[in-house]
Amino acid sequence: MKLKQLESVLGDLEQFSNPKVELEQYPTGPHIASRMLYTAENSFGDVSNKVVADFGCGCGTLGAAAALLGADQVIAIDIDSDSLELASENAVDLELDIDFVQCDIRNLEWRGHVDTVVMNPPFGTRKKGVDMDFLSMALKVGTKF
Amino acid sequence: MRLLTHNMLSSNIKGVANGFPLLIEVEKVIEKQVDFNPDFLKNIFPKIEWQALVQASRSMGYSELPEESPESSMLDSDDFLMKFHHVLLELHLEEGALVCPETGRKFPVNKGIPNMLLHEDEV
Repeated sequence: MKLKQLESVLGDLEQFSNPKVELEQYPTGPHIASRMLYTAENSFGDVSNKVVADFGCGCGTLGAAAALLGADQVIAIDIDSDSLELASENAVDLELDIDFVQCDIRNLEWRGHVDTVVMNPPFGTRKKGVDMDFLSMALKVGTKF
Repeated sequence: MRLLTHNMLSSNIKGVANGFPLLIEVEKVIEKQVDFNPDFLKNIFPKIEWQALVQASRSMGYSELPEESPESSMLDSDDFLMKFHHVLLELHLEEGALVCPETGRKFPVNKGIPNMLLHEDEV
């Protein structure tokens, strides 16, 4: 899939209608999401035929991008039911096969590793240090991220 | 939730030493077709906990996966790969629960999404 095409498809995704400030919810824009995954795939080969996890998936943009670029399996994790519902609908709209898990990343217990972790995590403006929590979990779970 | 994901999820309750694999309580299983990709299957095979996969597949009503962990030569058999493919990627737990093997605590699964959020006293 070409970059422009990917960006266009991601731009059609439903975004948060009522983002929750406490969780630092904001959509990852199609411009950056498409470029991030495109680079991961074309410069590093980290997406196609791999198992990719999207930590703090929100509306599911990064996970969807990974699936569109040929990830064999995408597992998307978020703490918030509303986000997961939105992300599920987006996946259905794009006919993508993504597994969703509702979990607090700080409490995730994962056996083994996935190939790649993608994320645009909360920065820690509301819960101090949460960005580091995401990072350390990603290091633990991913072989690359 | 497909069994590939189940094969990597563990009970996250504080203090639990043996939280893997989660037991499966089935209320509804659905099957969704996925394109057969033998290369992916061969790559992922060494990362799979075989016993957990077999047990899980039986909970979901599928009994054709061999119990003993297959020799690597089995990966050349399309027949085996197709069964592996089916169990790993095409069987979805849509409604039911995942159960912590140590505490018995149930993590509900609704619309294919397991809820692993912990209560205050489990963190």
